[in-house]
Amino acid sequence: MGSELLDMYRTMLTVRLAEERFMRGLSRGEFPGFYFPVQGMEAAAVGVIAALRPDDYYVTTYRGIADVLAKGASLEAVFGELLGRVTGMSRGKGGTMHMADPERGMMLTTGIVGSGTPIANGLGLAAQLRGEDRVTGVSFGDGATSIGALHEALNLASLWNLPVIFVCHNNLWGECTPLGAYTRTARLAERATPFGIPGVTVDGTDVLEVYDAAARAADRARSGDGPTFLEVVSPRILGHNFGDTGDYMDEAAVREARANDPVPRFGEWLVTQGRLDRDGLDAMRQQIADEVERALTVAMNSASLPADELYTDVFAPGVDVPR
Amino acid sequence: MTTTLTTRELTFGEAINDALDLALANDPTVFLLGEDIADPPGGVVRLTQGLSTKYGTHRVRATPISEQAIAGAAIGAALGGLRPVAEIMLMDFMTLVMDQLVNHAAKHRYMSGGTSHLPLTVRTRIGHRRGAQHSSSYEAWFMHAPGIKVCAPANAADAKGLLLSCIADDDPCLYLEPTPMVRSRHRSEVPTGDYRVPIGQAAIPRTGSDVSIITYGQQTPAALDAAAILAEEGISAEVVDLRSLVPLDRHTVLTSVAKTRRAVVTHAAARFAGPGAEISAMIHEELFGQLERPVRRVATASTPVPFAPSLAQIHTPDASTIAESVREVLR
Repeated sequence: MGSELLDMYRTMLTVRLAEERFMRGLSRGEFPGFYFPVQGMEAAAVGVIAALRPDDYYVTTYRGIADVLAKGASLEAVFGELLGRVTGMSRGKGGTMHMADPERGMMLTTGIVGSGTPIANGLGLAAQLRGEDRVTGVSFGDGATSIGALHEALNLASLWNLPVIFVCHNNLWGECTPLGAYTRTARLAERATPFGIPGVTVDGTDVLEVYDAAARAADRARSGDGPTFLEVVSPRILGHNFGDTGDYMDEAAVREARANDPVPRFGEWLVTQGRLDRDGLDAMRQQIADEVERALTVAMNSASLPADELYTDVFAPGVDVPR
Repeated sequence: MTTTLTTRELTFGEAINDALDLALANDPTVFLLGEDIADPPGGVVRLTQGLSTKYGTHRVRATPISEQAIAGAAIGAALGGLRPVAEIMLMDFMTLVMDQLVNHAAKHRYMSGGTSHLPLTVRTRIGHRRGAQHSSSYEAWFMHAPGIKVCAPANAADAKGLLLSCIADDDPCLYLEPTPMVRSRHRSEVPTGDYRVPIGQAAIPRTGSDVSIITYGQQTPAALDAAAILAEEGISAEVVDLRSLVPLDRHTVLTSVAKTRRAVVTHAAARFAGPGAEISAMIHEELFGQLERPVRRVATASTPVPFAPSLAQIHTPDASTIAESVREVLR
């Protein structure tokens, strides 16, 4: 995997720079909006999706920009959606928490904690019933391990041997509550064990470790051996959402997470491995920064939704919306 | 063109089974999932009897008692290009799937800007005389959740025709099965083959000129009985069976009331903020100057459904209660 390594780094850096630029715009008042940062989990998200095929299905959460970009969405489509413009991937009708890019297999983004997991089962079931070897991945945060829907989903996935990878992005925080304050489960992947599902825990700041674990889970699902619960631990660096300063977070832990930042770490590793020299790294960063700026400008200059779209897409075309 | 339909006599429950059978036979993307639906027993009230034997347990899938998992699997399978028909045993249990249906199924077409849609059907039975947690009618909740269609058949032919339309529809459809009808052994003529009743089209099972009784589902037989009682008194009542609550057939309702200039709305859901409130408001908004009397709503008491038979009897209005309301709007 030569070019794949560089591709993964490029995607991680794209996520980072897109997020930084978008939040800078929010801070400066360039545009209104809201946002759930993924800083620190770029390796966790990119490592999983790099191990999947383009035609595999994926379901994510409101903290899902890394998943969405890794699955192949364009920056223009993402920024357009974040700004609620017609160039958004859902014409701006979904927004920050509802990115859907079905052409690339990004089937649904939920704003409800844990609710994507039963839906992922259905996608897995569709593939299974059609006899396809397509896999479905579903991301959810550690907070979702306190929700009933996840446990119902795990039981059904196991019972029906569904080709689903349950990707638990453990950032050690359920909104503003630390993990230790909401559960006594030491390792969240243990939640899968009683359902007969293997529970694997990996360091989510190490993109290669994540990739390997996800590749094994994907192989397992693809060959008909059923679901895997993959816990990917990557400590949260920022607050729960844009505007949350995270002042309740332990400073030393945040410092440590920053020191362990997966994006520069992977960049340095590529240099030490001779995959890329420092000039190449800088050039890539500049190129991505330019792409981000260009895409954001396109989104900011795109049309807002016309008033007549208020009533479209409620039902199939031609069906009257009650007035 | 006149088409002569071949019919056969079926109960309401047999008509549902017939529709599911046809849908499974005609469309390989259709599959069923729900608690206890495979043989044996083929459903707790045997509505799906025989289907898993005929089509296999991969297409007629019994599930754990796990309503969120059922609804979620239906949503995901619909996203993946199939046409799932999920059974949630009773409408009271819909409380357990509100997140999946309201936040996800109903909103997905809109949230995705029309790039994807969810062709799924949820069948649920409205219980009867089983106390407060097994007998409720919550269709108004779903009328209030934009993006989901709501169908409520009141006879065997419509039960088949509406269910086949729901399954073929490209939007999420909620399909209501009143227990007294499901349990009834009464047989009536049901067209054979792929018979469809368009969603959003009311029926007028009895025409009349003095008053319109607007109803649907479980309460339709009571409305028809009331009309028969009133006919003996020389009152000509027209009965409008809505069949679908979303989309609502405004045209049929308003045409009927414009003619009779009096309306009574009756349903088995609670009166306060029930479907009748919307229908009554619509009639007043559109026909205010033409009405002889304000619209009356005759519905169940806005209480939990009582178990005590003496209370259950007065909780739901019967034909004589409906008839009395009609007499009042004629005074």
